[in-house]
Amino acid sequence: MAQQLTQEIEEKDRLALAEMNQPLILGNPSYHDVTRVVSEIVEVRTPKIWYMALALTGGITAILGSMLAYLVWNGIGVWGNNSPVGWGWDITNFVFWIGIGHAGTLISAILFLFRQKWRTSINRFAEAMTLFAVACAGIYPAFHVGRPWRAYWLFPIPIADHGMWQNFRSPLEWDVFAVSTYATVSLLFWFVGLIPDLAILRDRATTKIRRTIYGVLSLGWRSSSTHWKNYEKAYTILAGISTPLVLSVHTIVSFDFAVAILPGWHTTIFPPYFVAGAIFSGFAMVVTLMVIARWVFKVEHIVTMKHLENMCKVMVATGTIVGYAYATEMFIAWYSGNPYEQFTFINRATGPYYWAYWIMISCNVLSPQLFWFKRMRTSIPVMFVVSIIVNIGMWFERFVIIATSLHRDFLPSSWGYFHPTIVDILTFFGTFGLFLTLFLLFLRFLPMIAVQEVKGTMAAEKH
Amino acid sequence: MIVQIQGSKQTGKKYWRSLEELADTTQFKQWVAQEFPATAEDAADGNSRRKFLNIMAASMGLAGLTACRRPEEHILPYSKSIEEQIPGVPLRYASVFSLGTRAQGLVVESSDGRPTKIEGNPQHPNSLGAASGFAQASVLCLYDPDRSRSVLEGGKASKWETFSESLKAQNWGDGSGLRVLSQAVNSPTLSALRAEILTKYPKSAWVEYEPINEDTLLAGSALAFGQRLRPVYDLEKAKVILSLDSDFLLHDSPGLEATRGYAKGRRNAEGLSRLYVAESNYSITGAQADHRLRLKPSEVLGFASDLAREAGALPQGLKILGQNDKFGKWTKSVAKDLLENKGSAVVIAGARQPAEVHAIAALLNQIIGAIGSTVNYIKHERESMSAGVTKLSEDLTAGIVKTVVILGGNPAYDAPAHTNLAANLKKASVIHLGYEVNETAKLAGWHIPEAHYLESWGDALCDGVASIQQPLIEPMFGGKSAIEVAALLAGLSPKGFELVKSHWKLDDKSWRKALHDGVIASAKDDFVKVVADPKRVDAAVSAAPKLVSGMEVAFFPSATAYDGRFANNGWLQETPDPMLKLVWDNAGIISPKTAKVLAVENGDMLAITVAGKTASVPAMILPGHADETVSVTLGYGRKEIGRVGKDVGVDVYPIRANAGMGFSAAQIVKGSGHHNLVTTQEHFSMEARPIVREAKVEDYHHHKNFATHEDEEIEQYSIYGYHEYDKGNQWGLVVDLNSCVGCNACITACQAENNIPIVGKDQVERGREMHWIRLDRYFSSTSEDENHVASEDPQVVYQPMACQQCETAPCESVCPVAATNHSPEGLNDMAYNRCVGTRYCANNCPFKVRRFNYLNWHKDMEESTKMVFNPNVTVRMRGIMEKCTYCVQRVQEAKIQAKVEGRRDLRDGEIKTACQQTCPAEAITFGNINDPNSAVSKLKKNDLNYGLLKELNLKPRTSYLAKLRNPNPELA
Repeated sequence: MAQQLTQEIEEKDRLALAEMNQPLILGNPSYHDVTRVVSEIVEVRTPKIWYMALALTGGITAILGSMLAYLVWNGIGVWGNNSPVGWGWDITNFVFWIGIGHAGTLISAILFLFRQKWRTSINRFAEAMTLFAVACAGIYPAFHVGRPWRAYWLFPIPIADHGMWQNFRSPLEWDVFAVSTYATVSLLFWFVGLIPDLAILRDRATTKIRRTIYGVLSLGWRSSSTHWKNYEKAYTILAGISTPLVLSVHTIVSFDFAVAILPGWHTTIFPPYFVAGAIFSGFAMVVTLMVIARWVFKVEHIVTMKHLENMCKVMVATGTIVGYAYATEMFIAWYSGNPYEQFTFINRATGPYYWAYWIMISCNVLSPQLFWFKRMRTSIPVMFVVSIIVNIGMWFERFVIIATSLHRDFLPSSWGYFHPTIVDILTFFGTFGLFLTLFLLFLRFLPMIAVQEVKGTMAAEKH
Repeated sequence: MIVQIQGSKQTGKKYWRSLEELADTTQFKQWVAQEFPATAEDAADGNSRRKFLNIMAASMGLAGLTACRRPEEHILPYSKSIEEQIPGVPLRYASVFSLGTRAQGLVVESSDGRPTKIEGNPQHPNSLGAASGFAQASVLCLYDPDRSRSVLEGGKASKWETFSESLKAQNWGDGSGLRVLSQAVNSPTLSALRAEILTKYPKSAWVEYEPINEDTLLAGSALAFGQRLRPVYDLEKAKVILSLDSDFLLHDSPGLEATRGYAKGRRNAEGLSRLYVAESNYSITGAQADHRLRLKPSEVLGFASDLAREAGALPQGLKILGQNDKFGKWTKSVAKDLLENKGSAVVIAGARQPAEVHAIAALLNQIIGAIGSTVNYIKHERESMSAGVTKLSEDLTAGIVKTVVILGGNPAYDAPAHTNLAANLKKASVIHLGYEVNETAKLAGWHIPEAHYLESWGDALCDGVASIQQPLIEPMFGGKSAIEVAALLAGLSPKGFELVKSHWKLDDKSWRKALHDGVIASAKDDFVKVVADPKRVDAAVSAAPKLVSGMEVAFFPSATAYDGRFANNGWLQETPDPMLKLVWDNAGIISPKTAKVLAVENGDMLAITVAGKTASVPAMILPGHADETVSVTLGYGRKEIGRVGKDVGVDVYPIRANAGMGFSAAQIVKGSGHHNLVTTQEHFSMEARPIVREAKVEDYHHHKNFATHEDEEIEQYSIYGYHEYDKGNQWGLVVDLNSCVGCNACITACQAENNIPIVGKDQVERGREMHWIRLDRYFSSTSEDENHVASEDPQVVYQPMACQQCETAPCESVCPVAATNHSPEGLNDMAYNRCVGTRYCANNCPFKVRRFNYLNWHKDMEESTKMVFNPNVTVRMRGIMEKCTYCVQRVQEAKIQAKVEGRRDLRDGEIKTACQQTCPAEAITFGNINDPNSAVSKLKKNDLNYGLLKELNLKPRTSYLAKLRNPNPELA
């Protein structure tokens, strides 16, 4: 019975693929070719350019480290945060990075469950991006607190000094659980997916060190059918666990705002709006990185235009959802008759932060509309530029939500303005260093494309 | 047990530095002899100044106090406890604080030997239990690490003994070469010493000088009554008050009783008093006005004269001026209103105005029956200060004067510009007693550190009420008081305590009572019965200089630095100006129209030229300010000053000369450059939100619930359920917006009580000021469009804003670590040591009253400054949130006291929050809202009572009484 069902699903997959007119893998490579192309990236002698790139990104990461040290030594006052703007670039950057991570989970989990085979060429890459983005995001909640050495008090661990529970009514506490769960599950999911490929690297290894390390990491994988059976089961279960996380993490991040009483934050539209925005920015980031990686590593036949085009389609869809959310916010502010709410939205578009608002609108709503045209969404330069613009826009979206809502709320006497400091800017800049450093290490030491899964896709195409 | 200090033979309160001093061991004597001169030598070297301060601060920390840390080997337990001293329980002593020509009776709290908090003396008629911001902040001056610490001879460290020897060796003969220049002599003991010195040296002279003085007021009374008198107002009785450029709620009143009386007259909707203000600058008194007339300072005379003629008080008035229609409507209506309220109206003239205006005010008071009712006069024999200092300068120029003994103050900085005193003082040898090594000290051959009033014995007489100035601590830096130096000059033994005690000739019991009460009842003077002479005034008014057109500059005391003496006081520097909300600066205040004419914006420099001298002052635009006038505040731009006041503001004394100590004609043009002015409040419109609710009193009578009728009643479902707040003590607070005058005293009281740090100009600009109370100031336009503030004549309202202690506090539910929670008594508590500093609570606070320690504000704090801390309140570290707690430490203290006394319940009014206690207007009422008979419960039942942001379902424990104005229908 189950077998019959599986056959039916595969039949559907094949039909779906046939509809797409284009093969997912070009040039009809053999299984061995795929293995060789992907594995050789990590097996060849480390190119000089890699060292140079690592030196650059490592240097930027060092800036991040020194900025954080400076912050811990002196206090949050080295940033531009103030009263009334208690959160500035810190939480903006946190939401920005968490959002970027979303594409990875979406590609690996949801598209897996929906049997979107085209995901296989990009899922490893996207998952890695998720993990590194979450690592960058995690810096902010830990370091934005006034006393970072007490940040562990946010975790319900029994050694916490006061012998008291956390406040489970606080959305920030929910955030702690949501983000830590997300990071853990994403890591496990990624690692489980890596096991068969790590075994390939182990088997191809020429030195003892490589053999040992990849041997340990591949957990004794022998490609036996029992292994494959267990693997498929585990992978599906993890995909099942990850799927709600795609929705829940950003929903809970949005609760940080939606549960507060601040006009501009206190809105029920936030969960879907944030999730759509997160996927939007995540796909944009995957496109930005993939365009570079497939060119550098010459894997254009595996990561094809089809993949990129699909991602552009996702971007135009989610970008339009985001634009719709902006319009809804405005409409509800007017329709609610709440003068504070109305003021906040008029102030966003016309107040001291009007420039941020209009940058957000042009980048997020207008720029992806180009992807309605096939020529645009299949043009590498266009999608590269647009994907960067989208991420700039999504950063501004978070900034607009946080800063413009806080800077003018209920009592005009307390109104203020937020100016970032050089430390704010360099810290944010530094997180890109960390992100790219982790990426460079990933590209050098792990297979950037899920070899075994691509082979599976090829098999499906052939039959 | 009272321990005798060696060499002191009197009973009474004694102070000592350490047990070694008590024992008077040779070791201690050596230590004292070595420690101070040795380190003081270091001070001459600029490079090691910082090290010197560290050492000095540390040594004072070790030696100054009974309760401070000492080197381990010296720690000894009390073998017998000190009488009255219970460790941890503060003691309170009555004393008196002189400022300018006035004095306020105080009760000073001493925590383990350190004076920590100033409060008003309820028995003193000039304070009535309240204390001004200056008095509150004066305790910080005591611990100022930049105070003068050593006798200086020609700038080099010396000793008091060397100085007194050299003084004794002086021979001044008949004193023709000797002059004494002192601050206002409020002290009867010093007054007696002055008489003695003048007897000993008959040809010498003693000049009193204060840059903020009452020369014109006294000259005005001399003109009207033929004798020098000071008016004492009883504003509680006044139904109609007219201020002629008088800021009687802040600067122009002898004490706080004017505010108290005025506020009482505004509290009752039936018979609300009416206030007319004619002024140039927008003062806090103007903010209270029901009708406010913007006038150039020189136009006030014309207006007063017109009004007096209209009222029949002045036969002629100004013949040329004032005979116009400019104020026609005003003079008619105000005159009518004043006359209709005979016996319950009063006219008050401001210190900046010339003698003629004061004389006209006296005539008006006579005709409206104010004298004997709302105003009384008391003898005040004080020579003209400007004339005195002018004469001194002339004598110096003529070379008559050989020695000038300057007792306190900073005349080289603040003397009238025409005297050129700083240059002239170089022609004589100068002995300077001063609190800091200031501009004057730099000119002095001898400089003696002056003892703070909390360190020295003294007394003060103000408006007939005498008080003893009782010290609470041994001079921290070996200072001497003016009394002691004067005694040395008079050839007497310079022992402050003996001099004061012997002056009063009280028996032991009365002396103890005088010390205890803070007021000497027997010393009270009576009011004099006077009749004003309209003819003499008329003649003087006709002869007065005629009105000139063109720009004018008017001089005001600073609400923060006063005349410059508080320029090194961080609490005051960071207290926002009541009207401008400006901190760490002074400015030239101009109207929007004048700003347009001069083409300047906020911070652009104005070049103000008076008699050939120019001051460059940053402009600040204030709607409601008179056109063609610049108001400048004194006391800034000090050159020789400690670290706090360094490079703060600009000095405007160089353009303040004899003819225009109050105001003068000036050339004003746009200068070059721009100065960054920082305010604590940047937005002044209420954006049509119901924040401060206000109505005309007649509308209120028709519509009693105007304050709340637009509030939505919403009962929202809570998934957590509401707490029950119907048992025990439930704290609540009401602020009466009719009483609050916006004087800032509560801000400083809160700062002192709750150990609130200062952050500096740069951090205030970044929006990180720490004050737990804000005094929000909004403009409201008198024109139809309420939302617009561009009006030339806006009204101003104040609203003290601190944590509202919401029952359903939005800050509490969002804190991830539960660091802020509700107490069963309805307080929104902060557990400082649990706070990790996410700032989520501040973001979710609709009032934005939570304050975050963005940096370590105590990092560069000297040891001596730390002594000012209230030991009952945690000093917060960086990275955590803080806010108003309704002075929870006072609540706890009262509960403990009740328990000790075996009482179950606290008495209403037993607990006073710091802001409430110091409020001269009694605008703040705190108490148990669960007790239907408490004052606060009764106020909460008032029609005018409203809570803010009701639609958010916050249930705030702080509520406000809506403001009522009482405009004259004829002027509307």
